[in-house]
Amino acid sequence: MEDFRSRVEAERPYLLRYAGRQLRDRHAAEDAVQEALLAALAGEAAFAGRSNLRTWLTGILKHKIIDAIRRASREAPASDPDASDPDSALFDESGHWVEPPSAWPDPDASLEQSQFFAALERCLERLPAKTAQAFLMREHLGFETGDICKELGVTPTHCWVLLYRARAALRECLQTNWFQK
Amino acid sequence: MIFPSCKEVSHLVSQGLDRELGLGERLRLRAHLAICNGCRNFKRQMEFLRRAISKLESGNF
Repeated sequence: MEDFRSRVEAERPYLLRYAGRQLRDRHAAEDAVQEALLAALAGEAAFAGRSNLRTWLTGILKHKIIDAIRRASREAPASDPDASDPDSALFDESGHWVEPPSAWPDPDASLEQSQFFAALERCLERLPAKTAQAFLMREHLGFETGDICKELGVTPTHCWVLLYRARAALRECLQTNWFQK
Repeated sequence: MIFPSCKEVSHLVSQGLDRELGLGERLRLRAHLAICNGCRNFKRQMEFLRRAISKLESGNF
């Protein structure tokens, strides 16, 4: 039991970073992690036989994050007034690239470098809150877009646009801050 | 439109990561990608981004 508790506790920093990326609020992230850890300790028996503690804990945390997102969007349906349309900067009037994306040399080598992930996290932090939330709901929480729209209270079309904007902005950010270096 | 613009293609590439594209969309995408280097790079980078975000999630780096 003590051993299980300390192994769970050792995952706290990872879980805090995970929740912080998604919720963008330190207190909300700490609350979600605390709830997840309590649920995990109470449910040790459910872990028995599973191989990966981090994966199991992350699964519990995801539910707590979703609860927190629901609470927050009920209390204050957020909007991103600063979410500008990237298309006007990326494309000319006929829809051609102003500056066509050039190939990134050996991008998969970056996936072996911890500095790359630090740069990626900084790029994520620069996204407008709702854009980042929609994107990570899709990529980390595995939501279908229909459910993202519902949770965030936006139209389906706007939902596609949010995901597109997140990806386009991250691409630009990595291009400038990582691949051009 | 038979010949989609790069702008439309970049949106389709992104949506292709979130939903099954229709036959017409897939055909227009393929036809455009065959002749457009910039959009091919964009598509590869979108796929790379998904791998990168997935590895970020695992925390193993």
